[in-house]
Amino acid sequence: MHAEEKMTYEKWPAAPEKTTLEAKNKFIGFWLFLGGETTLFASLFATYLALKDKVPSTEAALAKDLFDLPLTFVATMLLLTSSLTSVYAMYHMKNFAFKKMMVWLGLTVLLGFGFLGTEVYEFSHYVHTYKHTFTSSAFGSAFYTLVGFHGAHVAFGLCWILSLMIRNSKRGLSLYNAPKFYVASLYWHFIDVVWVFIFTVVYLMGMVG
Amino acid sequence: MSTIAQKKGFGGTLWDFLTTVDHKKIAILYLIAGGFFFVVGGLEAVFIRIQLAVPNNDFVSAGAFNQIITMHGTTMIFLAAMPLLFAFMNAVMPLQIGARDVAFPFVNALGFWLFFFGGIFLNLSWFLGGAPDAGWTSYASLAIHSKGHGVDFYVLGLQIAGLGTLIGGINFLVTIINMRAPGMTYMRMPLFTWSTFVASAMILFAFPPLTVGLTLMMFDRLFGANFFEVAMGGNTVIWEHLFWIFGHPEVYILILPAFGIFSEIFAIFSRKRLFGYSSMVFATVLIGFLGFMVWAHHMFTTGLGPVANAIFAVATMAIGVPTGIKIFNWLFTMWGGSVKFTTPMYYAFGFIPSFVCGGVTGIMVATAAADYQYHDTYFVVAHFHYVIVGGVVLAILAATHLWWPKMFGTMLNETLGKITFWFFFIGFHLTFFIQHFLGLWGMPRRVFTYLPGQGFDASNMVSSIGAAFMSIGVLVLLYNIIMTQVKNVKVGNDPWGDGRTLEWAIPSPPPFYNFKQLPLVRGLDALWLEKMAGKKGMTPAEPLGDIHMPNASFIPFMISFGLFIAAFGAMYHKDYSWGLPVIILGLLVTFGSMFLRSIKDDHGFHIHKEDLVDDTEKGAKA
Repeated sequence: MHAEEKMTYEKWPAAPEKTTLEAKNKFIGFWLFLGGETTLFASLFATYLALKDKVPSTEAALAKDLFDLPLTFVATMLLLTSSLTSVYAMYHMKNFAFKKMMVWLGLTVLLGFGFLGTEVYEFSHYVHTYKHTFTSSAFGSAFYTLVGFHGAHVAFGLCWILSLMIRNSKRGLSLYNAPKFYVASLYWHFIDVVWVFIFTVVYLMGMVG
Repeated sequence: MSTIAQKKGFGGTLWDFLTTVDHKKIAILYLIAGGFFFVVGGLEAVFIRIQLAVPNNDFVSAGAFNQIITMHGTTMIFLAAMPLLFAFMNAVMPLQIGARDVAFPFVNALGFWLFFFGGIFLNLSWFLGGAPDAGWTSYASLAIHSKGHGVDFYVLGLQIAGLGTLIGGINFLVTIINMRAPGMTYMRMPLFTWSTFVASAMILFAFPPLTVGLTLMMFDRLFGANFFEVAMGGNTVIWEHLFWIFGHPEVYILILPAFGIFSEIFAIFSRKRLFGYSSMVFATVLIGFLGFMVWAHHMFTTGLGPVANAIFAVATMAIGVPTGIKIFNWLFTMWGGSVKFTTPMYYAFGFIPSFVCGGVTGIMVATAAADYQYHDTYFVVAHFHYVIVGGVVLAILAATHLWWPKMFGTMLNETLGKITFWFFFIGFHLTFFIQHFLGLWGMPRRVFTYLPGQGFDASNMVSSIGAAFMSIGVLVLLYNIIMTQVKNVKVGNDPWGDGRTLEWAIPSPPPFYNFKQLPLVRGLDALWLEKMAGKKGMTPAEPLGDIHMPNASFIPFMISFGLFIAAFGAMYHKDYSWGLPVIILGLLVTFGSMFLRSIKDDHGFHIHKEDLVDDTEKGAKA
């Protein structure tokens, strides 16, 4: 099957994300890339743990003063749900249901923006209420770098999914763009998994430990 | 699209190389750029040896000396050794597995341009207020307090170049996993392909920690963060860890392809199957794995404590086992073979004793207690030059001679090649052997001069004379390359006459689609098997058909160029008000180009089989 071929429901293969050679390459290449991203975040987590609560003076806010679990709970729910909606989107992609896929992707994007909104609010809250900034201490630098790297990934993922949706809105699914949607959703799941670790290591352990 | 070569002017050729996605042309780009930086790093080495030739010398100032040693190390590792190995991986690996191109030709070009612009950015520091001067390891305790913009050039330049290496590694991995010809199972892959595979996997996991380390350093120096500011709660040891979690795998990323190159050479010129093929594969994978377990042996004197030091010491020594397996396999490959002494074989012969010397001193410095004596002395300098020059550089020179005909269709002169070898090999041992003793006698590394009468004078002079020998060797090689290209005597598929693997089954240089029909691989050393069965070439695995090829693109150049612009903005944004707009402009160019790539469909094109048949008939007449 060729990537340019006009597709119908009957012709649509079971695994459209890896039917052509290009798609297979993209599929494996992206999994490998996520392996590299894992070491990237592992390094950031290690740095954060080494610098957690390392501040220059006794007045500076520590992790246990800063974090607020209700807000983090909302952010977590938004992001985890967006992972679920992207699963539904891929389910419809595999069934050649383009419109339904777009609806679920749209929901994913909305939830993603919701998450980003809570994060922006959270950061500005820390800066204004606690004077906890990127430059105020090693703890501040490490916190904003780790959580900010994740936030930047979310923002990039939103731009990515949105451009895919707009670019393909008029022409439906093909074996050329199906792998693109699939890989973007893989990326979205990865961001979600990283958040699970941030939630545990930064927020839960910050409140308890 | 016709496959017949067209005459092009200089502009056409330049545009061709700026936009190419062909792995063979990208290999040539890597070879030229890596060769250029090798000469630059070599000149820096010559300046170091002139300065140290006599005591109390003032050839360069102490500050300039720091810049020169920093740039020598950084250039040689990141901008010479890596790209030169990437040149051969690009040129040969797809041919060895019987592929028409790499998995992601566009990404391949992007990787090259990122490396290129990163390297240019780093070297522009010489003209813009001074080069980085905190050593190639750029320890945070020094780097944070380095004046001027030198270290900023290091941080931003390596960040850009490192991204290129990372995506290059992913590309090679996918190529080997997905693009092997019919019958090319993993355990039939040539050793150079295997070592490319393992080195690429190491790149994938080793480069992100460097990315993080460089980002933290950039944030500290340019954006007011406090990762390494102890007064603000920071910790400089974090940099040491991140750097060496990358840095130690990096030396195996360099040496494994070198091992692969020598494995090919020993088999070809002993005219015998590589001894212990499966144990070679096993040893390669094991070295790749253990390479991640030993980084703290660079930090024995940091004060991690006796338990950590003991664990890392034992893990380090364990690497001697798979390496020893390899050494014996190479010796046994020659045993009973019909050895032919060509230039690549000279290098392979010279490599074994040289590298074993480096391995033995490696075990010595791995002994944590003893390392307190060796640390930061010339003994360590001697050790890592024995493994890097005695291993990697000899392999690069050997591969240059071995695969030159495959890349350019003409053979380097054998006599000049052997002259290069003798100058380089003798010069190398003259330079670095004595440095073991200088270190044991107490000469610290990274000092810009020393006093007379301490017993260092004669030995340093010997070392400097050796550097002159190595330089003559490189000059002879450059002369050889120019003369060879001027004469341009064309050669056939298998110019050495003893080729064993698939790259020797196709013309030199190969047509841009590599294989007209994908070959059927029946076993290890696929071409050799067919030769032994009395056949002239490979049996095709498919009927003649249309070939799908990727389109050329200028976007990789633009993506990389955008980062190059943004790096200038980032560096000067605290000094000048134009900094921030320039960062934004650069990132717009990069992300805009990525966006363009994303929304513009690129289906590639097909070469029709009628054109392929045409080609053969024309070739037969010529």
